[in-house]
Amino acid sequence: MGDKRTAWERLQIIHAKGRPTVKEYIPMIFTDFYEMHGDRLYGDDKAIIGGIGRLNGRPVTIIGEVKGRDINENKACNFAMPHPEGYRKALRLARQAEKFHRPIICFIDTPGAFCGVAAEERGQGEAIAKNIAEFTTLRTPIVSIVLGEGGSGGALALGVCDELAMLENAEYSVLSPRGFASILWKDASREQEASEIMRITAEDMVRFGVAEKIIPEPLGGAHNDLDKISENIHEYLSQKIPEKCKKDIDVLLKERYTKFRKIGAFIE
Amino acid sequence: MLEDIFKVVTKRFNDGDKEEYKPPMFKCPRCSQTSPLIRYEELHRVCPQCNYHGRLSAAERLAITVDKDSFREMYKDMKGTDPLEFPDYKEKQSELSDSIGINDAVVVGTATIKGTPVMLGIMDSRYMMGSMGSVVGEKITRAFEYATEKGLPVIMFTASGGARMQEGIVSLMQMAKTSGAVQLHSEAGGLYISVMTDPTTGGVTASFASLGDIIIAEPKVLIGFAGRRVIEGTIRQKLPEDFQLAEFMHEKGFVDMIVERRKLKSVLSHLLKLHGFYPQSASEKEV
Repeated sequence: MGDKRTAWERLQIIHAKGRPTVKEYIPMIFTDFYEMHGDRLYGDDKAIIGGIGRLNGRPVTIIGEVKGRDINENKACNFAMPHPEGYRKALRLARQAEKFHRPIICFIDTPGAFCGVAAEERGQGEAIAKNIAEFTTLRTPIVSIVLGEGGSGGALALGVCDELAMLENAEYSVLSPRGFASILWKDASREQEASEIMRITAEDMVRFGVAEKIIPEPLGGAHNDLDKISENIHEYLSQKIPEKCKKDIDVLLKERYTKFRKIGAFIE
Repeated sequence: MLEDIFKVVTKRFNDGDKEEYKPPMFKCPRCSQTSPLIRYEELHRVCPQCNYHGRLSAAERLAITVDKDSFREMYKDMKGTDPLEFPDYKEKQSELSDSIGINDAVVVGTATIKGTPVMLGIMDSRYMMGSMGSVVGEKITRAFEYATEKGLPVIMFTASGGARMQEGIVSLMQMAKTSGAVQLHSEAGGLYISVMTDPTTGGVTASFASLGDIIIAEPKVLIGFAGRRVIEGTIRQKLPEDFQLAEFMHEKGFVDMIVERRKLKSVLSHLLKLHGFYPQSASEKEV
């Protein structure tokens, strides 16, 4: 595996044209997928796809952040930057999954939650906070996979889970390296330097206890072989979902809480 | 040499003679008007012109919020480390701890408000803009866990620019940690009042600050998820003056009430009583 690849090199791979998106993975991994729309409060956010399907015959709820493959698709899905109604749709579907005892599979792939006037007016902060809090105690297994970009609170809103997997070249960060450089050094052009300092790779995530699993990508990156990468994701889920479903739900919830509870760097 | 000193003294004396005495002034970041600093301080940092509620240190907030000598600080000695080995972060931490006398951006502990016991958290924006790193996350999480165990209501005064960049992903995870603890406190039937003070933004808005059963804000404080400059960059136009102020968030339905600082203690005390939390001695008498 590409342990030696730098964070910057990986960022080039996840931004490569043709990197598979959640919409391409769904038909490769699941059967009988039915998409559900809207948060029942405001509207339907195309930056988040959600629905029901089967994983090896078992009904599951699937929620994912949608990147476009070209400019038109990206306009429609707002470059995978959800508005509050996207997160509220995700929460609605997650609660439904809990009600019908379906495990939840989340696909994270976003530069971050959208920063705009409408997003603020409709409570972007509240929407993200609510998802994070409620996912902590949803009484059904949750597995999340970072496909490419795991940008900040916008990623975490689908990232409170029993186990988190990273695709080999995926990143997870508090802010985009570009934003990080511009905030901290007032110089966005230092993004490459920021990307190395920030510790955003899959291996970093395992080291910090944020992720439990790294899913290997085909040589050169996921875009080189959709069949192979889909097979790797399918294999991971086929093992993990039954394992989590077998667990006593109260034990599972305790473990989910502890997973996040223990992350922190301090002394007393 | 003696002559030099004499010259300096004469110069100062003459200058002072010419210039009129000017009291130190406060320039309000909201209305841009100036007022005598002493007036602003007398009002506990409230702009006399526009009612903007300015920033307080944790100690100042404590003094006007809880009963005298009732505060018992917890986890006082907790200090941050440096998970990313980020350049200059350690130095910055110890420099700030020395200069402002607190170890990180939040102080937590138990206190009484008009006799009623509460768990209290107060963020201090002087420490790295109140950003949430491991120490802030851990202290707030422990505060909620302790309150859940003891059946205490929680009051959080938030003041934060968001995540602590220097702690990277570890900082982001504090959002999950704190929100998880709030959720368990809530499911156990606990009362949580969130008081948003200037500024409440970013990862703190997107976690425990927005999860209060009751959300109070002080007048004219900044509340939002994304920074104003970031949004202006995205939409390429200037935002209205009142965008992301407490009044704006109140109108949009994300803040229950806007309460002036001078009334806050009494409002908190009433809200606590409405939820069955009474002064310790009184409740004991009732039993």
